[in-house]
Amino acid sequence: MNSAKTCKTDNEMEIIFDAVSANESLARVAVAAFVTEKNPTLEELSDIKTAVSEAVTNAIIHGYNGKEGKVRMHCKWSDKVLEVEIEDKGVGIENIKQAMEPLFTTRPDADRSGMGFSFMEAFMDELEVESTLGEGTLIRMQKEIGYNPWIYEED
Amino acid sequence: MKVEEDFKVIDHYLCICMPKEVDHHNAAGITQRADDMICKREVKNLIFDFSDTEFMDSSGIGIILGRYKKISCFQGKVYAIHASQQIRKILHMSGLQRIIEILEDK
Repeated sequence: MNSAKTCKTDNEMEIIFDAVSANESLARVAVAAFVTEKNPTLEELSDIKTAVSEAVTNAIIHGYNGKEGKVRMHCKWSDKVLEVEIEDKGVGIENIKQAMEPLFTTRPDADRSGMGFSFMEAFMDELEVESTLGEGTLIRMQKEIGYNPWIYEED
Repeated sequence: MKVEEDFKVIDHYLCICMPKEVDHHNAAGITQRADDMICKREVKNLIFDFSDTEFMDSSGIGIILGRYKKISCFQGKVYAIHASQQIRKILHMSGLQRIIEILEDK
């Protein structure tokens, strides 16, 4: 696409914001703006926004559960690979494997679908979850831009 | 956000106009308002209208699933209209297309 730039210029960004639901859209807008320099497709962009939205929402409702706290979002480019870290210092996840199962939710009463981790896994290439009870959770996700194996069949 | 005026009941169908961004932040407002109308008005079926919606995450799935549970007890049906590619992808991935009907635009 843009041949003048080699796309080798790595870039980094970090924002720290309060764990309130209004900041979910802030995180999405920030990551979208950060990603723009690599000319992602609209699909790639909305995939990243969705994954970030899921991770930040998890931090706010599960990590802090309505209590005060900060969420840290760190974004980094390594050539065409975007890495996003979302970290909270909340309650942590007791059973990560179970938490990542589709439809598993600790909050069915609050209309949570239990699809958060499934969406992060589906929309990004890599997903890592580190969590310690009482200390917090770190989500690390990677996605290669411009690779685009995107095949979507209407059924 | 002008969520308020965007709910209409026509002939036992409640049409819910989804906002520009459907996330956890505005999910509670949509849910509360929809449930209120389902209880008070004679709503049998639900239509989620995504004309204005540019973004939706799994919170949207939670909204639809929760409302589906409510009205399916009374044989009500749920429809999604004017869903963009991104929204369709989310609806399909969550398996919701098996219990709700996603209507084509064309």
